[in-house]
Amino acid sequence: MRTAGLLLLLAGWGLILSALILLPATSSRTAFLLAGFGVELAGLVLAMRRPPAPVEIGRS
Amino acid sequence: MTPALVTAPLLSSPSMSGGAYLLCFFMISLVPLAIAGMALVNAGLGRSHSASHSMLSSLCVVAVAAIIFMVCGFAWQAYPGMPSHVLMLGGKPWDLLGGGHWFLRGIGAIRDDVPITPPIAPGAPLAAMLGMLSVGLAALVPLSAGADRWKLAGSCLSTALLAGIIYPLFAHWAWGGGWLAQLGVNHGLGAGFVDMGGAGTIQAVAGLTALSITWILGPRRAKFALDGRVAAAIPAHNIVLVVLGCLLLLPGWFGLNAAGAMLFNGVGVTGLPLVAINTLLCAAGAAMTAVVFTKVRFSRPDSSLSANGWVAGLVASSAGCAFVGPFFAVLIGIGAGLLLIFTVEFFETRLGIDDPAGAVSVHAVSGIWGLLSLGLAGTLPVRTWTLTGGVPGGQMLAQLTGAATLLGFVLPVSYFLNKLIDAVFRYRTEEDGERVGMDLHELGAGAYPEFLIHGDEYTQR
Repeated sequence: MRTAGLLLLLAGWGLILSALILLPATSSRTAFLLAGFGVELAGLVLAMRRPPAPVEIGRS
Repeated sequence: MTPALVTAPLLSSPSMSGGAYLLCFFMISLVPLAIAGMALVNAGLGRSHSASHSMLSSLCVVAVAAIIFMVCGFAWQAYPGMPSHVLMLGGKPWDLLGGGHWFLRGIGAIRDDVPITPPIAPGAPLAAMLGMLSVGLAALVPLSAGADRWKLAGSCLSTALLAGIIYPLFAHWAWGGGWLAQLGVNHGLGAGFVDMGGAGTIQAVAGLTALSITWILGPRRAKFALDGRVAAAIPAHNIVLVVLGCLLLLPGWFGLNAAGAMLFNGVGVTGLPLVAINTLLCAAGAAMTAVVFTKVRFSRPDSSLSANGWVAGLVASSAGCAFVGPFFAVLIGIGAGLLLIFTVEFFETRLGIDDPAGAVSVHAVSGIWGLLSLGLAGTLPVRTWTLTGGVPGGQMLAQLTGAATLLGFVLPVSYFLNKLIDAVFRYRTEEDGERVGMDLHELGAGAYPEFLIHGDEYTQR
């Protein structure tokens, strides 16, 4: 889960860079920048999630 | 898409008179006080049976950081006016990596009769000196997050990674005339990404590295009970050291912010009093917020949280204390104090992060808050020519892009590279090290030999 979250963070950053490189128009570039921030936020939530507690087998 | 080593500067370095050069040198000379303060805060917030280990580790990571930064760090960070590696993308130059000399060649022996090729920018020796101290300060932050369980050799290896790759890369983008600094020139986003004293470049980079380290090391054995769901309080062992450290941090931060303002933002000598005033006000606002909030909540002020509030305020001040008014500086400090209190508890109790000194909240959260607050409240007289034809809210977008780079690049890269080192050389100490303390386990002697230690308590012989 943490690895997926961190990869999502990288993907969000990639989206931001792509918007800056590929989109010259202000409005579409701003929209894609904000979308990139959104993806990063989702990645951060996923990466920061608490890992589940270990389950002890054979414990009554 | 042709990468090229550009010798002509894309952003020129600020000019500096002889007196300003000397003043900047003096300001940078204050930064070791911040290093000393941070080491004391770390040691005080940790446990008594790891205090000596904490102080020695601080000394070692500062030394490793300085050496690695000398080898390749400054070459990759560079300084506006020095050569850099540029990629042409979408018709715009993307300055990705500094192209300076390794081993600080040309920095230590500048003589008029010995020409250096490519040439060294006039402010570069000062930037190298500041960078060397800044990366040492940054290296102390992950150390505090791994307190009581991080091997000395492991912390040195991680510091080499920070000083050799992660810090120089981001520092080049923000301070060395890199693509973040050029967001204004190339994309019309305000004055570009502004991080005057290193709220992002030093503090958030260090705080996010600290987060990686807490994930890799895992919590201390005594920290979480009941299947890891309930967090136990492990109090600071010496709050006097912590508060003394906080007081030492103040002059260190004056130096850090003032030198950053002069070197990277062209703030003149007359702008420095405002830098110092806002630095103090920010710290004051954050510390008093923590004092009042903990008094209301717990009926007594909490010393360690209040001290952390002071540090969080200093961190938040670093982004742009030359570009906000004193009133806004207090507001930024109050914001940093509130964020600190909520995030420390949230990270520990909800997210299961064992961060003994609250490094993630103090450095990463407050650093990013400082960067964004500059986008909200800052007025930027420097490089205002870039505002012509800029997009509305461009400065905020530039600051957001910087913060997104910290979260989207620095955090994953720091985590994966540290994880790689951990797979080869295990960072975490053995169970015995945590039981008897890092002092006895790794150093063979405790910090307080005249005390007989019983668990968390100690009594005089």
